[in-house]
Amino acid sequence: MANKPKVATCSLAGCFGCHMSLLDIDDRILKLVELVEFDRSPINDIKRIEGRCAIGIIEGGCCTEDNVHVLEHFREHCDVLVSTGDCATMGGIPALRNTIPLRECLEEAYLKGPSVYNPSGRLPGDPEIPLMLDKVYPCHEVVKIDYHLPGCPPSADAIWETLVALLSGKPLSLPYGLIKYD
Amino acid sequence: MTDNASVSRQVCGNFGNDKGRLMDILIGVQAQAGCIAPEALDEIAKSLSMNRVEVESAATFYAFFSDKMRGRFVIRLCNDVIDQLQGADRVAAAFRAELGIEFGQTTADGLFSLAYTPCIGMSDQAPAVLINDRVVTKVSTDMVREIVQTLRTGKSLEHLKLTLGDGNNSHPLVRAMVNNNLRERGAVVFAPYTPGVALQRALSEQPVEIIKIIKASRLRGRGGAGFPTGMKWEFTRAAPGERKFVVCNADEGEPGTFKDRVILTEAPGLVFEGMTIAGYAVGASEGIVYLRGEYAYLLAYLEDVLAKRRAAGLLGRDILGKAGFKFDIRIQLGAGAYVCGEETALLSSCEGKAGNPKTRPPFPAQKGYLDMPTVINNVETHCAAARIVENGPSWFASMGTKASSGTKVFSVSGDCAQPGVYEIPFGITVQELLARVGATDTIAVQVGGASGRMIGPSEFGRQFCFDQLATGGSVMVFGKGRDPLAIAHGFMDFFVEESCGYCTPCRVGTRLLRERLGRFLEGRAEAADLDYLEKTSKVVKNASRCGLGQTAPNPILSTLQSFRSEYERCIKKNGTVFLPSFDPGKAVAVAAGIAGRASEHFGTKKGGVKA
Repeated sequence: MANKPKVATCSLAGCFGCHMSLLDIDDRILKLVELVEFDRSPINDIKRIEGRCAIGIIEGGCCTEDNVHVLEHFREHCDVLVSTGDCATMGGIPALRNTIPLRECLEEAYLKGPSVYNPSGRLPGDPEIPLMLDKVYPCHEVVKIDYHLPGCPPSADAIWETLVALLSGKPLSLPYGLIKYD
Repeated sequence: MTDNASVSRQVCGNFGNDKGRLMDILIGVQAQAGCIAPEALDEIAKSLSMNRVEVESAATFYAFFSDKMRGRFVIRLCNDVIDQLQGADRVAAAFRAELGIEFGQTTADGLFSLAYTPCIGMSDQAPAVLINDRVVTKVSTDMVREIVQTLRTGKSLEHLKLTLGDGNNSHPLVRAMVNNNLRERGAVVFAPYTPGVALQRALSEQPVEIIKIIKASRLRGRGGAGFPTGMKWEFTRAAPGERKFVVCNADEGEPGTFKDRVILTEAPGLVFEGMTIAGYAVGASEGIVYLRGEYAYLLAYLEDVLAKRRAAGLLGRDILGKAGFKFDIRIQLGAGAYVCGEETALLSSCEGKAGNPKTRPPFPAQKGYLDMPTVINNVETHCAAARIVENGPSWFASMGTKASSGTKVFSVSGDCAQPGVYEIPFGITVQELLARVGATDTIAVQVGGASGRMIGPSEFGRQFCFDQLATGGSVMVFGKGRDPLAIAHGFMDFFVEESCGYCTPCRVGTRLLRERLGRFLEGRAEAADLDYLEKTSKVVKNASRCGLGQTAPNPILSTLQSFRSEYERCIKKNGTVFLPSFDPGKAVAVAAGIAGRASEHFGTKKGGVKA
C-alpha cells in the first residue's frame, strides 16, 4: 500500500468538468485506487500535498494569485504535471477576458453592467478574495508542464488511457476518436 | 472630403473604367483627394462594376493608401535594421520633438503625418526618409529641423533644397538626393550600352534559338531563387494562351537590397531591351514593369526612356523593321507592400487586386498575369539576358562559377567604409567582398536580406553563388559590438509587419517566433525555448503558403545555427519553479493596485521572487 505512486489533482480556473470526466471512468476508479494513492484532490478534500507525487493532474488555467500559488505547489511536489482540458492547456473560456483590461472587466462586472446592483460603488477588495492576474494564463506559461491533454472536457477514456500509460511507463496511444472534438 | 466621389469618378474614367487598372486608380485617387474615403470606394466600385468589398480589399492592403486624410507631407522614416543601426531612432525622436506628434499621427494644421516604413532601398545612405515621393538620405537631426521649418513656411516640397545625387539622379526628370554609390562596374549590367544592339541580334535569330542561347549561358534568376531563366522562357513559350506577358520584377523590397534602383537609374534601356528580347523569345507582345511605390521618383524618367525607345523603333509595332513583331511596356506602380516582390503576389497587384500570393502550381509560366502565360524576371536578369544575346552564351558562362555563371550585382550596407553597389562575378568569397567594401572587425554578415541567412566569421570563406550563399543582392555587414539576436529580432519585426495575413502559419507564426526570441533579449528565456524556436520555425517554413512565410523563420534558424552560444548566454535560471518568462509579481500588480493591498503570495517586488 505504501509503495503505491501518488496522484494529486486540482481545479484552478476551471469548471470542475474535467474532474467530473475523471469520475466518469466509472467502475475503473476501483482499479485506479488499486494502482495509486490519491494525495491532495478535491475528491478527498486534502488541501496540501502531503508526500512526493508521481503525477499531478491540473484542471483550469491561472486566473488568480491563488491559482498560481497552487500550481507552484504542484510543480514543487509532482514529478509529472499533466495540463488537462482546454482551460489548463489554452486558458479556455476564462481567457475570453484577455482582450479586455482587468479594470474594465471588474468595472463591467461590479459597477457598470446593466443588471448590477452595487450601492457601495466599490470593487470587491476583501483580503479573503484572491487577487486576479492581469490576464488568464495557460499553465505552461507559468510552470513547466510535461503533458497536455486537450478536450472540453477530455473524455473519461482519454484520461484513463493517459493515467494508465503514465503509471505503467508504456507509450500512450490515443485513438483518433478520443481526441476528435467536432 | 466632399469631392472624393467626383475625383474617383474622373480617375476611373481616365483608365477607361478598367477594373484591371484598379491599382493605378487607387494611386490616382489617393494622390488627388489625399485619401481613399468610403465614398470613394462606393464610387470606384460603381464605375468599375465591381463589388465594393473587392475595391476595399485592395485599398486597405497597401501601406501607401489611407482611408483618412493625412498631412500634406507624409514623412515615412525607414526603420529597417540598417537604418536603426545608423541612427534612425535619433531621427525619429527629432521628428517627434519638432512636430509634437507621435508616429501614426497627423499635425493639427494638417501639414505633416509621421509614419514608419520598412526598407526603402537606401540602406547605403541610411537613415533615409520618404516625404511623399521625395527621398531624403543620410538624415541628421539638424536636417530634421531644417526640413520641418522649410516645409512649414514654404508649404511645398519644391522649397526643400536637396543636394542632387550622382549620375542620372541629377537628371531633370529624376532630381533626387539619392546616390548610386556604384563602386564596381562589371562586364554585364554596368558595361557601356548601345540601345538596340542586343535586340537587333535577337531579331536576326528565330525565337527558339534565343531560348537555346539563354539556356546555354546557364543564366539563373537574379532575384535570389535562381531558377534557370531559359527554362522559364521555354515553359512560357510552350504554354497555350492567346496573350502572353513579360513582367519585370522591380519591387525590390528585400531589406538591404538596392541594386535594382541603381540599375533602373543607370541602365534602364538595358532592362527594357532584355524584356523586349524575352517578348520576342516567348511570343509576348506586352510587358509590365512592376515598380515599387518607394521608387516612384523614377517613374517620369523611366516613362521618358520608354517614350524614346518607342520613337527609336525599339518598342511598338514592327520593332527594328521586323515585320509583325510588336512589343510595348507599361509601368505598374506599387504602393508599399513587401509581399508583392513574391511573383504571384506581384501578379495579383498588377491585376488590380490586393497583393495576395496565388497558389502554385500553376506557375506563372502557365497561368500568370490575367491567367495568361507570363515570364517574370528580376530587373538584373533582364539585363543579363540582353547581354547574353549581344555577346554570346559562352562569353557569359566564362564568368562566375559553373553552376552560377555571370556576374552578380551586390548591394552592400552596414558597418563598412564603402557601402554601395558592386558588380562582381559569382564565386567571390565573403572575406574577399568584406575586404573590397572596407569592412573590419566584422562579426556577422546577413546574406540575402531578412529572408536570407546570418553567418558568422567561421563561414566567411564561403562563396557567393547559388549552391553556397545565395543572395538576391543584399549583403549587410555587422561589426564589433552588434548583437546578432537583436538584429534577428529586427528582421522578425519586419516579417510580422509584412505578412499579408492570408495564411495562419505565417500570420500567427511570425508573431510567436518574435515573442519567443524576445525572451532571450529580455533575459526571460529558458533552455526549452531553443527547442520551441526550432520546432515553430519548421512549422512556419513548411506550412506557409508563399515564399514570405517559408523564409520568415530564417533569421532565427540561421542565428540558432551560427550564433547558438549567444542564445545560450541569454538563458536564465531564476531559482523558482516559475518559468523565467512568468513574473507573478507583475501579473498581480494591476489587481493589487485596484484593491489597494499587496498580494497574499507574491509581493510586487520585481523578478517574481516570492515575498
